[in-house]
Amino acid sequence: MFASRALKRAVAALVIGGTLAAGIGLSKEVQAQAAAAKLEQYFGIPSFRVGPFAAAGTGFFGGIIDYLTYINMTGGVNGVQLTWQECETEYIPARGIECYQRLLKRGNQQMHIFEPLSTPIAYGVLNRVDDDRVILTQYGYGRSDAADGRVFPWVFATLTSYWSGASAMINWIASREGGVANLKGKTITHLYLDNAYGREPLPVFRALAKQMGFTLQEVPVAVPGIEQTSQWLQIRQAKPDWVILWGFGAGMNSTAITSAARINFPRDRMLGIWWAASEEDMIPAGDAAKGFFGVANVPSGRQFRVVQEIEKTVYGANRGNLQDPKRIGTIYWNRGVTAAIFWVEAMRNAQARYGKGQVMNGDQLRWGFENINLTAVRAKELGIEGMLPNFRLSCEHHEGAGVIKVMQWDGTRWNTVTPDWVSSDRKMIRTMVEESAARYAAEQKITLRDCSKEK
Amino acid sequence: MFYREAGKFRTSYAQDAQIFPLGLDKVMVGALLVFAFLIVPNIASQYWLIALLIPWLIFSLVALGQNILTGYAGQLSLGSAGFMAVGAFACYNFLLRVDGMPFLAAVALSGVCAAAVGIVFGLPSLRIRGLYLAVATLASQFFIVWVLDKFGWFKNYDPSGVITAQPIVILGYLFDSAAEKYVLVAAIVGVLALAAKNMVRSNIGRSWMAVRDMDVAAEVIGFRPMPVKLLAFAISSFYCGVAGALFAFAYLGTVEPSAFNIDMSFRILFMIIIGGVASILGSFLGAAFILLLPIFLSVLFHTVFGNAVDASMLSATELIVFGALIIFFLIVEPHGLARLWQVTKEKLRLWPFPH
Repeated sequence: MFASRALKRAVAALVIGGTLAAGIGLSKEVQAQAAAAKLEQYFGIPSFRVGPFAAAGTGFFGGIIDYLTYINMTGGVNGVQLTWQECETEYIPARGIECYQRLLKRGNQQMHIFEPLSTPIAYGVLNRVDDDRVILTQYGYGRSDAADGRVFPWVFATLTSYWSGASAMINWIASREGGVANLKGKTITHLYLDNAYGREPLPVFRALAKQMGFTLQEVPVAVPGIEQTSQWLQIRQAKPDWVILWGFGAGMNSTAITSAARINFPRDRMLGIWWAASEEDMIPAGDAAKGFFGVANVPSGRQFRVVQEIEKTVYGANRGNLQDPKRIGTIYWNRGVTAAIFWVEAMRNAQARYGKGQVMNGDQLRWGFENINLTAVRAKELGIEGMLPNFRLSCEHHEGAGVIKVMQWDGTRWNTVTPDWVSSDRKMIRTMVEESAARYAAEQKITLRDCSKEK
Repeated sequence: MFYREAGKFRTSYAQDAQIFPLGLDKVMVGALLVFAFLIVPNIASQYWLIALLIPWLIFSLVALGQNILTGYAGQLSLGSAGFMAVGAFACYNFLLRVDGMPFLAAVALSGVCAAAVGIVFGLPSLRIRGLYLAVATLASQFFIVWVLDKFGWFKNYDPSGVITAQPIVILGYLFDSAAEKYVLVAAIVGVLALAAKNMVRSNIGRSWMAVRDMDVAAEVIGFRPMPVKLLAFAISSFYCGVAGALFAFAYLGTVEPSAFNIDMSFRILFMIIIGGVASILGSFLGAAFILLLPIFLSVLFHTVFGNAVDASMLSATELIVFGALIIFFLIVEPHGLARLWQVTKEKLRLWPFPH
């Protein structure tokens, strides 16, 4: 009896809920049509705010939304207002694809830029973006060989790719050791999360080890990277000169640091990739993290003008996206802000060519991306001096500057130890990118895009 | 009023052995098939096809496999995602290494590979039972993913470890659009579901259920537990393998070992518990519940609250509501959603004059 009554109620609730949703959906559509008349550029935001990587997701996507809000509050892009919709991916590939499809269309608006902050999700949508004419920006992660815009016309590695990052890290270590010649005979450990992300830099490290004469010790850690006892035993036996930590998630990174402390491995001989170098990664390790070096593709701090302006304009008006305004200026948030800056820069470029004050489509935005030219003057105008390196993208070159900064953790915050950007071996990385991309093109039977025909 | 049985006499064994003995059922299932194969591909949007229907059908197939093993044969297993991984990688390698390999043959062979692996990992079931067996099958989950990760050959030595699935070509016809992939998946799932239904109604199914209910008794009445249990493992893994191949080729488009993690195995087990243990329909309902309900909630919440409520709170609330609904349904009907449907059907038989 109870079952049937409950069933009736459940069915009734479902029917009411469904009608409600349909009704609201309809009114949304009407709104969206009205919005198009008002000139709005629509962005899809596939965020992750729950799950093991929530700290990264809330910071990064919070930064994006804060910058978009800031642009809206200061008049939009030549009068075009920005609008967006969020979708929760939980960092799961299948949910990411669902979000991609859901965000793709809203009313009569189209999504043109997709930034999931997840290598697995990026791989999942990689073969869809061509048909949908969506730009996949891969902001500091993903396929390194996507830097070849002839093979991957819709995929960018807007910031430094993993391969460039790996090369720049070795260059910085060499400079600490007093030159490349001194690397000969040294041992460098690559302690990495054993998945696509951790394995990505291996070809670069192996090539560099051969070229520079250091020994590379490869130590994989099984996902999710918390159990590292045997790995540190291995490291202790090898007595490396440097440990490169290629980890992800506060659990793995803080465990690596506390394990290093346990065997007395000096923390200032450890260098973490940018996903192992956020405030959220260091704080759980406590004092053990003091002296740890981390790579920054975007440095942390509030000293940048754009950060201060967002704080004043957006948070001053109580429209900020972060629940805890103390996180303004942290690594993840700053990274999100700069990611959104590229979206808006691409939009500005596209508008300058295709019509100011108009809504841009996918092709136009891609042209905008491929013509991003971040000069020192432009960086000053945007208030991001020292936050991003100077570089330009083009039809062939879909990767940013390929440079890093190195920071050191003092127990409470990151301090930049390289005032200038540390460069990677651009020529070597580009050759590897083109080789790998050519192999992919042959496998997938892709005809290369002819960049000389596009202006 | 509905499902009237009065005046319907079965005069032959064939009539007695029908899957759908009631006239209304036949009409409804027929209409459903016409709807699924002719109407849905034409009217459903890209989003519905790619994000909802294709994954739902694929996970229904896995749940079917899990249900054969756990629901019908009574062997609690936590290795389904591992068997899916075997299927996905087998399909990739067959297409890569055998020239002119037809896609459907590759899918079938990947099912066979998964079945072979399933038999090996089913061997412990001859000695251990229940929860202990579940723990033993966990080994398959970890071992398979580890092997695929460790040995580059399976991934054709791709440096990133994430490989792109080849395009689906059957008899020279490229299955490229969402609607085409949907029809392909629906056809395969339909055929396999029919096969499963017939298996569980036949001698094989009865032997599984006998072993499930009491294996000593089953042995006494003449079923040898070893072949029965291993057959259940083989067929269940076959279903998982085929689903894994479809998951990689018709849905994700990439093949990556870490996509088939332990979390997925648990979700598959939850699908049959929520949907209905030992029920074909339950596999479909359970997959829909676990897979589609969170998405439905997310869409509902976003349309209702939009940007008015903090997005982090919204995401957390979705999870809370989803968890509460699982508890609600398990309390209301511990035998799963399929049982709810059965109750409904019994009520409809008497409606509008219940006694």
